[in-house]
Amino acid sequence: MITRLLLRLITTAATLLLLVTLTFFLMRLAPGGPFDRERSLPPEIEQALIAEYHLDESLPRQYRRYVSGLLQGDLGPSFQYEGFSVRELIAKGLPVSLTLGALAMSLAVLIGGAAGIAAALSHRSSADHGLMGLALLGISIPSYVVAPLLVLVFAISLHWLPAGGWQAGRWSDLVLPVIALALPQIALIARLMRGSLLEVLQQPWLRTAGAKGLPPHTVILRHALKPALIPVVSYLGPATAGILTGSVVVEQVFNLPGIGRYFVQGALNRDYTLVLGVVALYGSLIVLCNLLVDVCYSWLDPRIKAA
Amino acid sequence: MSPPLTGWQRLVQHRAALCALGLLTLIVLALLIGPALSPHAVDSIDFDGDWATGPSAVNAHWFGTDSLGRDVFVRTLEGGRISVAVAFAATLVSLLIGVSYGAIAGYFGGALDAAMMRAVDILYALPFLFLVILLMVLFGRDLVLVFVAIGAINWLDMARVVRAQTMALKSQEFVRAARTHGLSDGAILWRHILPNLLGVVMVTVTLTIPQVILTESFLSFLGLGVQEPATSWGTLINEGAREMEATPWALLFPAGCMALTLLCFNLLGDALRDVLDPKGPP
Repeated sequence: MITRLLLRLITTAATLLLLVTLTFFLMRLAPGGPFDRERSLPPEIEQALIAEYHLDESLPRQYRRYVSGLLQGDLGPSFQYEGFSVRELIAKGLPVSLTLGALAMSLAVLIGGAAGIAAALSHRSSADHGLMGLALLGISIPSYVVAPLLVLVFAISLHWLPAGGWQAGRWSDLVLPVIALALPQIALIARLMRGSLLEVLQQPWLRTAGAKGLPPHTVILRHALKPALIPVVSYLGPATAGILTGSVVVEQVFNLPGIGRYFVQGALNRDYTLVLGVVALYGSLIVLCNLLVDVCYSWLDPRIKAA
Repeated sequence: MSPPLTGWQRLVQHRAALCALGLLTLIVLALLIGPALSPHAVDSIDFDGDWATGPSAVNAHWFGTDSLGRDVFVRTLEGGRISVAVAFAATLVSLLIGVSYGAIAGYFGGALDAAMMRAVDILYALPFLFLVILLMVLFGRDLVLVFVAIGAINWLDMARVVRAQTMALKSQEFVRAARTHGLSDGAILWRHILPNLLGVVMVTVTLTIPQVILTESFLSFLGLGVQEPATSWGTLINEGAREMEATPWALLFPAGCMALTLLCFNLLGDALRDVLDPKGPP
């Protein structure tokens, strides 16, 4: 058990290191540098800047410097936002992104799960077909289409909600972004939930539970739901990745000060450390979610021991 | 008792799938010949009509014009051509990598299989879309790079599905018979395993295509995919979203066409899975 846990941690760390390494060298291979401006800097200033950020060292040395900093939680200074460290920038944006992502994820799991269960229990009825039709529509319309449409209807035409922007504590700013982010995930989770519950409902041990006289809701809640949740839970890792990538767009459309917009902007400006920091953070979040999923597995199905 | 239905017959009985297939044929036809039907060109500006006019039949701007006076109908179809072409090309890339990787891992098994699938697991955990975004930002927005990159991240599902199916196939009698006949591994894979993978591969391909269309349009929406003067659904949605107060039709038509195409592919993929895997829940 302990060796398996250890092995799991080692692969997790290896995955993260691979991600950081790939990103690091990908960025350095690209043409252009962080100090390219339309008007070039005086050579002595450029030299000083390059020396200041250690860009004059050999690549392997820079890489070692970055990784050892990363292990101590130091993400380095930002190249573009002068005077800010990447950590400060991320600390500023993270609460916004995290609120957005967590709300979208909870909404997706709750509504998607409920819709999937409802559809499975009314299998082949018009409710089932209606819900699954909606879900099919949901996976066919991505966040970046939903987002502008929501703005068009609820902000521009109806004036019910703000079209974008962010003021701390104003919940109405969050409604549209969360919906835009959650809708595709709701649809995906509903389809998964329905499929797996239908499969579980055919199992003989459920017939046994019914045959010994348990009321239907006990059969569903106590016996069917837990095993049916396994595929849904295993989807939560990819779902986190989906919500994170979605938030890049949603933050842009709604002009939210999260970390998603740092990513594209940072890459365009060759802000090496900022992009690496965001990638490392996203990677850790996804890896963390996958770990949580594994822990949930062994609770949902005692036959699977946390590997 | 009637003989069991073939896959094709069961697909024909699936009304929704048939509708989706018909619609997809129509969409592809429209993409191919549609632009020729309109008197307008993709990037020509209609100086006679008002700019940013709504859909009307009078001046043949069936979907209206955008804020620059370009015809939305022709642009939607031209964008669709690129989106669908990129989707097919990228899916082909993922098909080639995924099938050979999965078949080799599944067929040879053992330590090779374990190592290969472990690599897939690790790659699965990477947020690949971010790497593709980086690739696009850093190395220019080349169309070939777009589909190679998208294809290269989408082969993981294919590899897993193909590996599982190959493992199931290789213990069957006909493979053992082929081996007793002295066929080489390569010949067995090519002549006996590959044809039997067709079903699962078809399902995965049908479900990969909408995935790829989504990825491409996501990149184009961020301004990282297809570049002017070429256009794609993602680029059009991006332009339409920026001008949606003045010209909502420039957002609605490309978005609607893309959603319809994705819907058809997903519907067809679901139906194919039902048909080819009758054990699963309907």
